[in-house]
Amino acid sequence: MELAVVSGKGGTGKSSVTAAFATAGERLVVADCDVDAANLYLLFNPEHDTEQVYIGGYTAVVDHALCTVCGICESYCRFDAITEVDDKIIISETSCDGCFFCSRICPMDAITMVRSDRSRMYSGSFRNGKMVYGRLAPGEENSGKLVSLVREEAKRVATAQGMSTILLDGPPGIGCPVISTVTGVDRIIIVTEPTMSGLEDMKRVHEVARKFTGDVGIIINKYDLNEAMADRIEGWCVAQGSALLGRLPYDRRVTEAMISGKSVTEMFPEAEISIILNEIWNKMTTNGKE
Amino acid sequence: MKIAVASGKGGTGKTFVATNLFNVLSHRGDNVTLTDCDAEAPNDLLFFRTRIVSVTEVTHQVPVINKDACTWCGRCSQWCNYNAIFYVPNAKVIEVIESLCHGCGACSFACNDEAITEKPVTLGTVTSCRTDKNYPLIEARLRVNEMSPVRIIKAAIKESGDDGVVILDAPPGTSCPFIQTVDKADYVVLVTEPTPFGLSDLRQSVETLKEMRKEPAVIINRSDIGDRGVADYLEKEKIPLLAEIRYDPAIARAYSEGRLVTDEIPELASLFEELADKIIDGYGTGSSKR
Repeated sequence: MELAVVSGKGGTGKSSVTAAFATAGERLVVADCDVDAANLYLLFNPEHDTEQVYIGGYTAVVDHALCTVCGICESYCRFDAITEVDDKIIISETSCDGCFFCSRICPMDAITMVRSDRSRMYSGSFRNGKMVYGRLAPGEENSGKLVSLVREEAKRVATAQGMSTILLDGPPGIGCPVISTVTGVDRIIIVTEPTMSGLEDMKRVHEVARKFTGDVGIIINKYDLNEAMADRIEGWCVAQGSALLGRLPYDRRVTEAMISGKSVTEMFPEAEISIILNEIWNKMTTNGKE
Repeated sequence: MKIAVASGKGGTGKTFVATNLFNVLSHRGDNVTLTDCDAEAPNDLLFFRTRIVSVTEVTHQVPVINKDACTWCGRCSQWCNYNAIFYVPNAKVIEVIESLCHGCGACSFACNDEAITEKPVTLGTVTSCRTDKNYPLIEARLRVNEMSPVRIIKAAIKESGDDGVVILDAPPGTSCPFIQTVDKADYVVLVTEPTPFGLSDLRQSVETLKEMRKEPAVIINRSDIGDRGVADYLEKEKIPLLAEIRYDPAIARAYSEGRLVTDEIPELASLFEELADKIIDGYGTGSSKR
């Protein structure tokens, strides 16, 4: 079974919730799909078995010795990546989408496409199973593809180790890395917070999630910051036919545990939040096995 | 001048900082615009009473293949770098997979038989508003189930113009949407929290900005919740610390209800005014233009 934890809004506590689930009992494969802000490795300190080079997207590069500044590339580029400055063609690395169009139509063959090889994918062991995560090199793009690669590796490891559960920690938002994270998973868990922003962002990621599975559950983190808002979120979930998995209280010990490199359930098993997290996980995994 | 308010980690308080900065600047009559570039999870509008001036759809051009004119040469499929044209010549199958298309136009050019026309597909919207004090607020919004917010962010920044101070509320992370936003900024403010997750993501942001030859300044939000890691890092890297904002349930409460603390708490109003002065005075010395 593959479960993905997402949120829409950032910073609602996805990774802390994932960490609690990953250390709740059953040995499993955990995969950090938030590849441009990967954090779980800080809590799990995994020992790497393998490190793989991830070849990222392409960028167009001009050879000025061959370029005649005819401007054909500039006129066809739809990403506004090519400009002529002081009689020289300049291609913006940040705007280039890597489509190859300019390199194919350049009459002088002056444009080549290059790929970056600085991003990495790691696979290894942590104290409660196996862990896979990607790290996008600074400034790299194409994070959706790296997420797909991380998920493939997680599946391979799960099969090889005979582990039946894969837990994915997703990125914030609703765009390509999120879609790559939730495509084809069995269950999606949305972690939100009782704020206007939390509600609005949850609605958007919920719409994405429901496109992929009917099995979407919601956790309201820090519900006691604004209980009226938490009620409003719960009402919305129920009306949509998605289950409210639980409400978690605000507890500074989550941060304390993070600083010690542990999940809150490991470090403070007696805390109310830990008890609720364990209950949610146990309920979810036993249901999943029926 | 354009000020980007960004962070690697989500939920550190980008929107909180951007909206309050905009609020104090508009209170004192400065020429200021707020642009919400977090197109996957746009929330800035929730904090203001606004009227809509215009809504512009952001589209890209997607191919339409006329199978009667197609000679099954396969050039369009070869030229497509996104695997968006599914082509099986023997079975006479050729289909455009719109969700994979980036709208680069290479296939239309590649087709020798005039079998490809194009149609616009909406990716999202740019909404231009005025607050009740008549200040411009612009929102980039990705349509749910679309992959990439990049074109919408670009369009929103263009719509913001170059007049006075433009505050860009950036998307989280360090990949394409973040890069597209900060690329246009004269000054980048990173909002972080003093936790291991906050530090890890801050590092990734600083390194990405370095590659872009930009030097950010930092705000530590909820400065009393975590550890010394972020402060030590800033000192070591000689990154300017603009402000520290302590955790306050009153801030969390106001934020959760879509209210602005600078309207309610005088100490925070002065903190944000000082912050605005520091940023505007620091322009030219703090962050360098490309």
